[in-house]
Amino acid sequence: MVDHAMTGVAVLTVGLVLVPLFAIFAYLVYRGIGSINIAFLTQTPKPVGEPGGGMANAIVGSAVILAIASLLGVPLGIGAGIFLSEYGRNRYGDVVRFVSDVLNGVPSIVIGIVAYGLVVLPQKHFSALAGGVALAIMMIPTIARTTEQMLLLVPQAIREAAYGLGVSRWRTTLSITLRTATSGVITGVMLAFARVAGETAPLLFTAFGNQYWNWKTDQPTAALSLQIFTYAISPFDEWHRQAWAGALVLIVLIVAAVAAVRIAVKHGTLAGA
Amino acid sequence: MSNQALPRPRFNAPEPERGTKAHLKIEARTTPLLQGKVSEIPDVFFGWAMRLCGLAVVALLGLIVYQLVVGSQLSWHAFGWKFFGQSDWNPVSDQYGALPFMYGTIVSSLLSLVIAVPLSIGVAVFITEMCPTGLRGILSFTTELLAAIPSVVYGLWAIFILVPILRQYVQPFLAKTLGWTGLFSGPPYGIGMLAAGVILAIMIIPIISSITREVLTVVPQHQREAVLALGATRWEMIRMGVLRNARAGIVGAIILGLGRALGETMAVTMVIGNRPEIAKSLFAPGYTMASVLANEFTEATGDLYLSALIEIGLALFFVTIVVNALARLMVWSVTRGQPARSVV
Repeated sequence: MVDHAMTGVAVLTVGLVLVPLFAIFAYLVYRGIGSINIAFLTQTPKPVGEPGGGMANAIVGSAVILAIASLLGVPLGIGAGIFLSEYGRNRYGDVVRFVSDVLNGVPSIVIGIVAYGLVVLPQKHFSALAGGVALAIMMIPTIARTTEQMLLLVPQAIREAAYGLGVSRWRTTLSITLRTATSGVITGVMLAFARVAGETAPLLFTAFGNQYWNWKTDQPTAALSLQIFTYAISPFDEWHRQAWAGALVLIVLIVAAVAAVRIAVKHGTLAGA
Repeated sequence: MSNQALPRPRFNAPEPERGTKAHLKIEARTTPLLQGKVSEIPDVFFGWAMRLCGLAVVALLGLIVYQLVVGSQLSWHAFGWKFFGQSDWNPVSDQYGALPFMYGTIVSSLLSLVIAVPLSIGVAVFITEMCPTGLRGILSFTTELLAAIPSVVYGLWAIFILVPILRQYVQPFLAKTLGWTGLFSGPPYGIGMLAAGVILAIMIIPIISSITREVLTVVPQHQREAVLALGATRWEMIRMGVLRNARAGIVGAIILGLGRALGETMAVTMVIGNRPEIAKSLFAPGYTMASVLANEFTEATGDLYLSALIEIGLALFFVTIVVNALARLMVWSVTRGQPARSVV
């Protein structure tokens, strides 16, 4: 009797968890698809009251900020991962491991404050670079830990085989160990990328947002997530509509970016890497 | 050891004399493929470059602490410990106290735990113990999909779907049935502490349930079999054989979820109402530490104002670090091969 009741309770909890998930996706697609049009993807925001306009500058801005973040964060993160797996099987490695776990738990808004003090204050204005630095700080610990785990999966015998052939340690690490683990490492990088791609809080006072086109990395830059936030809390229906469209575009772009890299790893330019 | 790979002589031929043509042939096969001395310089350089990357991670943490401590000096000297005990937040008269924000952060996070913990443990138990194998992968994938949605999208959904539902159905119902407790009184705005707690709960369920699942799967199978052999039903087996053994890990998972809830910014900012007040009712609007940073940081005009905000950031940083470190230790104690405690 109790047994059946508890099974029922467990099934009920699963239902309760799945309901919001489906509600969110259903609403996103339902409200988003109706609001996406060519203008949304090609124009900059219009002033309040004027219909139309879009988020083209925000889409490009997000791409620029994420590119900066990846350029800074990916090499450093992979480097730290190599250190942890190849040179860090000791106390120093443990310290770095613990610190990167701690960094992983730091609230994103706090990272924003740090990037503000680090880049915005010396530069004297908000910029895409500051946003990129903030997101890079968030990417590094995730990439470091997943790279470490993936490199540790590579059998020791493969490294020894390379040493046995007289290959130096750095060549072994880069073209044997890292290469064997490439697909896992890239998955880790994409996880970190997807995690920061939708981040808003650290961009509030680093990239700041912009209503117009901007191609300079040292000027305030629009970002998709920032634009969604601004529009969502505004009192205008037209802007709400665009916020939904922006949210749908954001999620589709994240999924597309991750899928594209996955496919490139499997078949295309990175195949066999 | 490399001899095995070499072709063996077919009969016991005498070793060729050193220096003869035959001996040179054998020697050529057994010496390393890369002739000549390999320079050690690139190796040393590479090793230190990687160590530098590892050091950079530690330096980043140092940089964060440095920035926050230096930035908050002004406010620290002006208010001292009183900063965390005062509920005045008035940029006009330059009076700053963090109490309402701390209250809002703690109450919204605890509320989210109250909602999320039973649900996530239920999901984890269902997936590991009851679910048909075919469904298992799909279910864990879908719950983890919840974690991939950006915070701002949760906020958007909460503003337009969750808040109206709370205002029209949930809050009137709670006021009628539980209004006497004082926790559910006042006008049902929809927006407020309750909305923040619910959206936070939805956001932390994937974390808590996926870590709980991980912890439950490392409980040894013979624990389950032993309890079943004593005549326990499936629920008794789960309660005594599984959940009790995984207790420390589950608590760790919950604290990890708490850590996430404390620092969550965007979704909460969009639905909590953003009013620095301490109210008993969960229907009332509130404010959290992360939200006040999101809303006021770019507008902070005075140096003291900015410094007070950075001090809130510093406090938030320390609280989440302590909470996360605690959680990691508890999860490790279970998953890192500590033998399960005996049940009977």
